[in-house]
Amino acid sequence: MIPPVARLMLRSLLAGPVTRRDLLPPDPAQATELALALAHTVRRRLGRSLAIRAVDAGSCNGCELEIHAATGPVYDLERFGLHFVASPRHADVLLVTGPVTTNMAEALRRTYEAMPAPKWVVALGDCGRDGGCFAGSYAVLGGVSAVLPVDLTIPGCPPEPQAILGGLLALLK
Amino acid sequence: MIPSASLLDFLARGEWVAEAAPWPRVVLDRPGWQALLKRLEAPGWELISEWAEAAAVHVALRDAADGAVAIASLPCPDGYFPSLAAVRPGALRLERAIRDLWGLEPEGLDDPRPWLDHGRWGCRAPLAPTPQPPLPDPLPYPFLPAEGEGLHQIPVGPVHAGVIEPGHFRFHAQGEAVVRLEARLGYTHKGIAALATGQSLTAAARLAGRISGDATVAYALAFARAAEAACGEVVPPRAHSLRALFAELERLAGHLLDIGGIANDAAFAILLAQTMILRERILETNLDLFGHRLLMDRVVPGGVSEDLPPEATARLRDLLDGLGPALARIRYLYENTPSLSDRTQGTGILSPALAHRFGAGGVIGRASGRSHDARQSPGYPPYERLDLTVPMLLKGDVDARVMVRFAEAAESLRLIGRILLELPSGPVRAALPARAGEGFALVESFRGEVALWLRLDESGRIAGFHAHDPSWFQWPLLEATIEGNIVADFPLCNKSFNCSYSGHDQ
Repeated sequence: MIPPVARLMLRSLLAGPVTRRDLLPPDPAQATELALALAHTVRRRLGRSLAIRAVDAGSCNGCELEIHAATGPVYDLERFGLHFVASPRHADVLLVTGPVTTNMAEALRRTYEAMPAPKWVVALGDCGRDGGCFAGSYAVLGGVSAVLPVDLTIPGCPPEPQAILGGLLALLK
Repeated sequence: MIPSASLLDFLARGEWVAEAAPWPRVVLDRPGWQALLKRLEAPGWELISEWAEAAAVHVALRDAADGAVAIASLPCPDGYFPSLAAVRPGALRLERAIRDLWGLEPEGLDDPRPWLDHGRWGCRAPLAPTPQPPLPDPLPYPFLPAEGEGLHQIPVGPVHAGVIEPGHFRFHAQGEAVVRLEARLGYTHKGIAALATGQSLTAAARLAGRISGDATVAYALAFARAAEAACGEVVPPRAHSLRALFAELERLAGHLLDIGGIANDAAFAILLAQTMILRERILETNLDLFGHRLLMDRVVPGGVSEDLPPEATARLRDLLDGLGPALARIRYLYENTPSLSDRTQGTGILSPALAHRFGAGGVIGRASGRSHDARQSPGYPPYERLDLTVPMLLKGDVDARVMVRFAEAAESLRLIGRILLELPSGPVRAALPARAGEGFALVESFRGEVALWLRLDESGRIAGFHAHDPSWFQWPLLEATIEGNIVADFPLCNKSFNCSYSGHDQ
C-alpha cells in the first residue's frame, strides 16, 4: 500500500506550486522616506535576511491570523529571507500587534530590551498604529509608539498578508 | 432528590423585567437568590454567563430539560452578593472578574486573588460608578501550590515562542509529568465593556466584531441579534441566510486552521500546509465576494452590510466542489498516519463529568459527551430548516477534538450548499428604530457558545454591555486535562482546545 502521505505529496507535486507569485510591490504610500532610509541601513547591516519576533500586545487575534497566512504555503514569507524566531535574543525586528494594553506593556518593553542592537520595531495593524477602536480605554495605553520607538507601521484591520509581506520587504529593498 | 420545578417556574416568584427580550430577565430578592443557589446544587440548570452592572449582578441560566433560557438578577446596593462558584465552578473566574471590574464582592468566594486586574489600570473597579484609586503596589499573585519531592515550577509566558496571544502558564512538574497547571490571564484586557457604553449601535457593533478576531462573524451576529431583540425588529429572511453563510465560512476556516495546527504541534507539518491552502481558498473567496478576508463588519444590526454580488453563487459552488474532496483526503491522511495517531490518541483526556460540571461548549464539550450547540438550542434562523447534525464523541482526547472538527467542517460544507440552494429573495437589511430596550443573544461560534447582553437607552445608544466568550468555561478544563500528561504534550493539548485569550480577557 502507498502510504497516504506519499500519495498526498505526489498529488501536490503534480499539481504544481500554490505559492502566489503576483505579490504587489511595496505600497509607495507605505514606503515612506523613513522606511527607505531604514531599508538602506537594514540591507547594509543584515543583507537579505531578517529574523522577526512577533509579540501580541493585546490584539483581538485577527492580526495573528494574517501573520499565520503570510507564513503559510500561499504567501510563503520565508522565500524572501524573512523568518519568525522564538527568542527576542535572535531577532532583528520586533513585530507588534494590537493596542498596547496596560497589562502587556511591561512584557513588551522587556521583550524589546532583550533584543540585541541593531533592532527595529514594526507596528502591525490599525490598533498597533494608534490603538484603533480600543484607544481611550482605561486598560489601553495606545498604539505601539506609546511604549517603544516605532520604525514602520503597516496599517489595516487586519492587514492582508500581501500588505504584511510588502511592509516587511520594504525593510530589505 | 432532584427538584422537579422548571427554571421558569422557579423564577415566577421574582419580578419580571418588562423590556427584556427575547428571554425573560427576573429580579430576585436576596432570599430568592439564596434559593437559586440551593437549587443549583442539583444538576440540570446550566450556567451560561455571570456579569454585573453598577449595583446588580446578573446570571444567565439554561434549563437543560426544556432548553428554556432566563436571566436572574440580584440588586446589591451594599456591594455584596452570594457567590455561585461553590455550586457552579465555572462561575469562579467570572466572579473574580466582577470584583475586579465592578467592585462588587462575591460572598463566600474562597479565592481572594484578582483575575483581570493586574494592578496596572490606574484605578480599581473601573466599571463602578466611582472607581477606586489603585493600590500603591501591585499585589503579589501567589499561584496555587503543589508540594512533594522533586517538584519544580516552569513559568511560561505571557510572551510565548510562537505567533500566539499572550497569557501566563505556571506548571508544577515532577520530571516530565505535569502535576498542576494554572493559567493567569487578563493580559489582553482592553476594557471593551466600558468602550462600548455610550456608543451608537454602529460603533459598538464594530467593537463587538473585534472581541475575538477569529470569531468576528459570531460576535457580530450575537451583537446584532441582541440589538434586534432589544429594538423588537425583525430581520429579512435573506439576511438570516447570508449571516448563516458567513458564519459557516468562518467555522470552516477556523476548524481547518485548528486541525492543521494540532497536527503541526505533533510535528506533522504537511497537514498544516494542506489545511492552510484550503483556508486560503476560503479567505480569498471572502475577499473577492464580500470585501474582507475574515468577514469583519459584514454582519450588522438589522441584517448584513451588502447583498451577494452576482457571481457569488457560482464562485461559492466552485469553492465547495474543491473543498469537499480535499477535506476528505486530509481526513484520510490524518486517520492513517500512525505516528500522528500515537500523539493524539489518549492524550489530554477531558472526562465527560468535568465537561458537564463546567458546562463546556463547542468542540471541547462535544468531544467529551456534551452535545450542546447554540444553533440547535435555543436555535436561531435559518438553522431550524437546514437539518443541522451535531457530532458528539465520548473519548475526550485530542483525537476526539480533531474528529469533531472534521465532522463539523464537513457539516459546514453541506450547510453552505444548502443555504445557497434555498436562498430567499428580498432585502438584506432592516432599519433599526432608536429606542430603549434590553436584548440577549446566544450564537454558536467555531469555538462554542457566544452570549451577548446589552441594554439600550431611549436614543438607541448602549447603556449596558456584556459579551461572554466560550473560553471562560474551557480554560479551567485545559488545566484539568493536562494533569498527568507530559510537559511536551502541552502545546498539543492547548492547540486542541484553542481557547481565545482576547475573547476571554476583553
